[in-house]
Amino acid sequence: MDVVLLSRLQFAVAVFFHFIFVPLTLGLTVLLAIMETAYVRTGNEMYKRMVKFWGKLFIINFVLGIVTGITLEFQFGTNWSKYSAFVGDIFGSLLAIEASVAFFLESTFVAVWIFGWDKVSQKTHCVAIWLVAIASNLSALWIILANGFMQHPVGYVIRNGRAELENFFAVLTNPYAWGQYFHTISSGWLLAGFFVLGISAWHLLRKNEIDLFKASVKFAAPFTLVFALAVAVFGHHQGNNVALYQPAKLAAMESHWETTTNAPMVALVWPDQENGKNAVEAIEIPGLLSFLAFNDFNAEVKGLNDFAKEDIPPVLTTFLSFRLMVGMGGLFILLAFLAWKKREDLASNPLLCKALTYAIPLPYIAIMAGWMLAEVGRQPWIVYSLMRTSDAVSPVPSSSVAISLLSFIVVYSVLGILDIYLLIKYARKGPQPAPAAESESEEGVA
Amino acid sequence: MSIEFLLGVWFFLWALLWAVYFILDGFDLGAGTLMPFIAKNDDEVRTVYNASGPFWDGNEVWLITAGGVTFAAFPVAYSVMFSALYAPLLMLLFALIFRAVAFEFRSKIDDPKWRKLCDAVLFFGSFVPALLLGVAFANLFMGIPIDADGIYHGNLLKLLNPYGLAGGIFFVCIFCMHGALWLRFKAEGDLAERAGKTAHIMWYLVLTLVIAFLALTDYYTFILDNISEAPVIYIFLVLAVVALLGVRFYMEHGKSPISAWACSALFILGLVLFAVLGMFPNIIISNMDPAFSITVYNGASSQLTLTIMFFVVLCAVPLVICYQAWVYWVFSHKVTAKELASDHAY
Repeated sequence: MDVVLLSRLQFAVAVFFHFIFVPLTLGLTVLLAIMETAYVRTGNEMYKRMVKFWGKLFIINFVLGIVTGITLEFQFGTNWSKYSAFVGDIFGSLLAIEASVAFFLESTFVAVWIFGWDKVSQKTHCVAIWLVAIASNLSALWIILANGFMQHPVGYVIRNGRAELENFFAVLTNPYAWGQYFHTISSGWLLAGFFVLGISAWHLLRKNEIDLFKASVKFAAPFTLVFALAVAVFGHHQGNNVALYQPAKLAAMESHWETTTNAPMVALVWPDQENGKNAVEAIEIPGLLSFLAFNDFNAEVKGLNDFAKEDIPPVLTTFLSFRLMVGMGGLFILLAFLAWKKREDLASNPLLCKALTYAIPLPYIAIMAGWMLAEVGRQPWIVYSLMRTSDAVSPVPSSSVAISLLSFIVVYSVLGILDIYLLIKYARKGPQPAPAAESESEEGVA
Repeated sequence: MSIEFLLGVWFFLWALLWAVYFILDGFDLGAGTLMPFIAKNDDEVRTVYNASGPFWDGNEVWLITAGGVTFAAFPVAYSVMFSALYAPLLMLLFALIFRAVAFEFRSKIDDPKWRKLCDAVLFFGSFVPALLLGVAFANLFMGIPIDADGIYHGNLLKLLNPYGLAGGIFFVCIFCMHGALWLRFKAEGDLAERAGKTAHIMWYLVLTLVIAFLALTDYYTFILDNISEAPVIYIFLVLAVVALLGVRFYMEHGKSPISAWACSALFILGLVLFAVLGMFPNIIISNMDPAFSITVYNGASSQLTLTIMFFVVLCAVPLVICYQAWVYWVFSHKVTAKELASDHAY
């Protein structure tokens, strides 16, 4: 295999694995902050146990997010050095800002929060989790501004053979990046909502800690519903951005081959990239694609056959990721709505409880599909219409990349299994018993 | 701001960030390296873990920031350095990943075999990064084979040359001294005493290695010749030497064990600034031809980026230092038995 493909695979492994942990951190920190605020306001000890229970799961998740994030930053230099040299002036600064204004805040105060229960005052402790929640979501902003530059480069000028910063404000207000940001953030918050709902449902069905998990559901259910809707709204907006700034991606995600006005949405499609058409095409809804892309039924949507062959992304992957993501998005709204309606007495509906528990992995899959669409759909460009992925790779021998890729797969698989094992173990174990019922802190000895 | 000024300031900041990273992660890497040798039972092992508990994570962010700032301020240097040092960097990353897992998951599975495994991982995950960072920096001081296009013509074994290895051993010993002093401060009883004795031995080793490494540096690199053109940089060597003597003095006479550790931190600061500033204006020295070297003049970002990032760093980093100092203060207590019994302890 050539070094470009190996490097792409390695980056895919590294970024997908990293992004298993990030969305939960983004959303769960916010939920934890809300729960702990409730504790500080009411002094209700049950809330404290609730925060500690969800907090434990958060910590198990958090640590792998941190260390796999270091890998990502270094990958740009190790594997994509031509890219780094070309865009470092802009891209590098966004990463550096992320580290200095957000990541420090997050990882410093997470320690205060984990270890500070009896070292700092209740209020300070609560402020710590708010800072972690704000910092992790702020950190996502800088990273997505950096990714946004790859998707829709703005504020630069080509000088000295590289992209140099010309207008920092334009980079900060990149409309594509902001669209992506809100869509990403709400998907993380939705994921965390389903995480809390799913685990609570599991316990409620077994009549464990009914009050505590009922309370958890009451926090999580409206939260999940709001962000299930928000993901869809921001997703639609982002679709408009794609239509505007990345027409080839739009055409690929819809498997749309011929330029037409009043372009239809086709329900059943199977793309055939070789022959530049769809192998299967059934059930058309006239004008819907034009409307969804440009909010106008008569708008012209450019088809893939009007792009140069070397500028077309892999259609099947882009198309399937998009369909998968959107399909699941619909399911999430439905599930979140049901959970919200039954939030007072979830246990009375065992089927819904089971569905919620089994739904825990689904937002992860939907988010992965979304990033697959964003990144594979951007191909063959690493920076849209500025630099091709094939020109971006480091001058390292493919054998080195093959070895490191293999190591990543092995190491990350082991860590992934370990992490899932621990999450399930501690999720099932449930919260620490209330102080009155507590004989001896069994965990303390561990 | 003139470009000359910006380039100088950024080179200094670059050196400073690495120094801060070595000071902070240095002690937890050192403590992890020493753990199998000085912790005699499970409580002592857990004390070593918890002595770094609230800090290691925030400390590692300095590595990310040092990497990020290299990327932002000197993208050409970043791309050449990281792709040239491909194998050691990935080994460093894997070591740090495993170490984090050992920290966080050791207490989460109640099985003696699992804990033994985690302890071994913590040791290797601390020792390997210390060694690799030393090897990498020694090679940077000496120069690496890069051509006019910044393409690296070496391999992992070439990095393990005598000077590179000496750098690795030097870093390991410095971090061990630094870590021992930290444990002496955070632990109680026998463990603290043993840490003190270890710090003593390490101090003599470090003193010897400072002299040896300076001699080797004179032989293998042109850093000292380079510094003779700007002798003011010798201030940092003086700072390092005075601080190292201070370590010894405060170990005997200090009221609090933290003062010896603080001297050790100043020692690292002085040493790193001395060596890295001694490379100026080079960031990556090519030993194929000095003309191929990457310097602040041909490897830096645009003036606009350097200016913006200068203000970002000027605002953010002092703030970071303030709140991290507060966190160090909040958790400056000894790791006690009560502490180990709490449910958030490692």
